[in-house]
Amino acid sequence: MSPLEGAQRAASQGPPEASSQVDPQASPPAAVEAVDVRRSYRVGSGQVDALRGVSVSIRPGDYVALIGPSGSGKSTLMHLLGLLDRPTSGQVLVAGRDTRTLDDDGLAELRNRTIGFVFQAFQLLARTTAVDNVALPLIYRGAGRRERRDRAVAALEAVGLGHRLDHRPAQLSGGEQQRVAIARALVGEPSLLLADEPTGNLDSVTGAEVMATLERLNRERGVAVMLVTHDRDVAARAGRQIRMRDGLVVDPATAAPVAWGPDS
Amino acid sequence: MKLGEAFSSALTALRANRLRSVLTMLGVIIGVAAVVILVAIGSGAKREVERQVEGLGSNLILVVPGQVQFGSAPALSRLQLEDAAFLGRLVGNQDAVAVTVSSGEQVRVGNRMVFANVNGTTETVPLVFDRPLARGRYLSGADVETRRRVAVLGSQTARDLFGDVEPVGRQVTIAGVRFRVIGVFTEIGSTFGVSRDLEVHVPVSAAQRLFGVERIDAIAVKAPNLDAIGPLQSRIIAALQDKYEGETFSAVTQTQILGTVGSILGLLTIVLAAIAGISLVVGGVGVSNIMLVSVRERTREIGLRKALGARQRDVLAQFLVEAVVLTTVGGLIGMGLGVGAALAADRFTQLPAEIAWWSLALAFGVSVAVGVFFGVFPARRAGSLDPVVALRTE
Ligand SMILES: Nc1ncnc2c1ncn2[C@@H]1O[C@H](COP(=O)(O)OP(=O)(O)OP(=O)(O)O)[C@@H](O)[C@H]1O
Ligand SMILES: [Mg+2]
Repeated sequence: MSPLEGAQRAASQGPPEASSQVDPQASPPAAVEAVDVRRSYRVGSGQVDALRGVSVSIRPGDYVALIGPSGSGKSTLMHLLGLLDRPTSGQVLVAGRDTRTLDDDGLAELRNRTIGFVFQAFQLLARTTAVDNVALPLIYRGAGRRERRDRAVAALEAVGLGHRLDHRPAQLSGGEQQRVAIARALVGEPSLLLADEPTGNLDSVTGAEVMATLERLNRERGVAVMLVTHDRDVAARAGRQIRMRDGLVVDPATAAPVAWGPDS
Repeated sequence: MKLGEAFSSALTALRANRLRSVLTMLGVIIGVAAVVILVAIGSGAKREVERQVEGLGSNLILVVPGQVQFGSAPALSRLQLEDAAFLGRLVGNQDAVAVTVSSGEQVRVGNRMVFANVNGTTETVPLVFDRPLARGRYLSGADVETRRRVAVLGSQTARDLFGDVEPVGRQVTIAGVRFRVIGVFTEIGSTFGVSRDLEVHVPVSAAQRLFGVERIDAIAVKAPNLDAIGPLQSRIIAALQDKYEGETFSAVTQTQILGTVGSILGLLTIVLAAIAGISLVVGGVGVSNIMLVSVRERTREIGLRKALGARQRDVLAQFLVEAVVLTTVGGLIGMGLGVGAALAADRFTQLPAEIAWWSLALAFGVSVAVGVFFGVFPARRAGSLDPVVALRTE
């Protein structure tokens, strides 16, 4: 099957009734879906095709690992799915909604409400306490101070850091910092959490802690998780793996929800 | 993002770089302080001159030869003593006319000596001007007619020459000629540090002989009321130009003097303020510069905020508010320093200074405007950063 066929299927058909966890009557739209997205960069006089027609679909509650060699386009795809960037062609749908019509501010708003990011380098504000770091996304929703703090505290408690509220990033271990970042990604109750190599800067023990946190949140809260990893064990624990190479999904079938089955 | 959030995040950012914030503010502080001080001194000078001109008396017309023009040398006077009587007849009241011929002369008592403005006048001076006496009497008509060598001293002249001794009845030597003191003026005070009480009034007749001149310098005419000033002005000029064909004369009123002096000092004040304003602009450029550095330093923070849902205007607002807080706080400090310095100058130096409240409002407005103007470019740059690129920055 060509990537294009995969894309058409993902775009037009939607999941068949075979789905086990989801009520077939409701058949909710994918949390986020990329349809034949391409992303090219102009470099000097030439052009780099980072993505060359990729279609993936992440359903609510999915737990997906995005794997592939360095330079295969994983981060580029994550940026597109996270509405941080726009495809050169193709479309990205969030909860069934076409995002091509949105301007930058519209994307920012949608991102704020539906997507949480976890970065390899944590990206915490250095001079800001854990609880204020976590509350940051809520500021851009116009939430009041009280509400922000309450929700940030709850999010930190959910990642097991209820006792580190007023610590600054420098006063936290790497694993703790990444859990603060996870709490920040969660605080706005997004439907999708995108994590680009979340354990890349951590040793294996703290990395496992962070992974356990992500898995638990996926299980308990049903938030869809898509993570990029170079770690086989981490990838193996995911419900589904999407492998990329040279800007393409290697086996496009995996790009669709597992419940479809490779032959559906 | 609400404005309040923008403010608290701006304050956090500025506090984090306290020294840099203060140094950046310094340009604005100095600029605003300079504007406030210079305007205060300009207004103080203007008020002082006004006080002086108004203190002369009311409804005065000053008649001088030639065309009155600031910056040009006074014309050679053709005015004679008899012109005073002529104008007295014109206005129908000899008591409303006073003359002056003046010269700076040495005035001595024993070995004490001052250099004073010696003014030859008529007995009508107390009727025309507001010059009350502290002691003794003023010149009389007989003093003027008989060219008596009598003198009325300014309070400073009296103090310098006689100290605590009662001057009335004693002798002073003016340019080598002895005069008897008959009175002492009350004190007026000083303008720009120059005492206005360092003068001597003598009969105009005696003064002309003393100075070796026939002329008089000016004639002062007191109009009966405010409304009479205008018509009287033109009648005086017409009559004098009739009398001295081919000559020009000017009759200026206090209002005109105040207007001219006021506009000159007003212009001076504006020029001074504008010069000081340049440093404010330089301060603004400094703010712009530092904000650009700050945007660059915090590129990753900007990328992060955008990834978390900050819109372009949220980021723009954050940096703009930061710039405006910088210049506004700088402006407030500058205003405080300026007011303090102006009040100190007024109190402890001879420079009169008067805080012009409009200059404070202006300085505040300009500080805010400088922040907006010079902050907008860096803030827009921050707002339009691509989040992917920004997040990748080291
Ligand atoms: N801004 C850019 N300008 C030019 N080329 C870019 C840009 N961003 C990415 N690329 C190129 O696109 C390709 C895919 O990059 P991407 O970062 O998505 O890879 P990746 O799979 O995340 O790799 P890694 O595992 O090393 O993080 C690479 O060849 C990269 O050089
Ligand atoms: Mg990558």
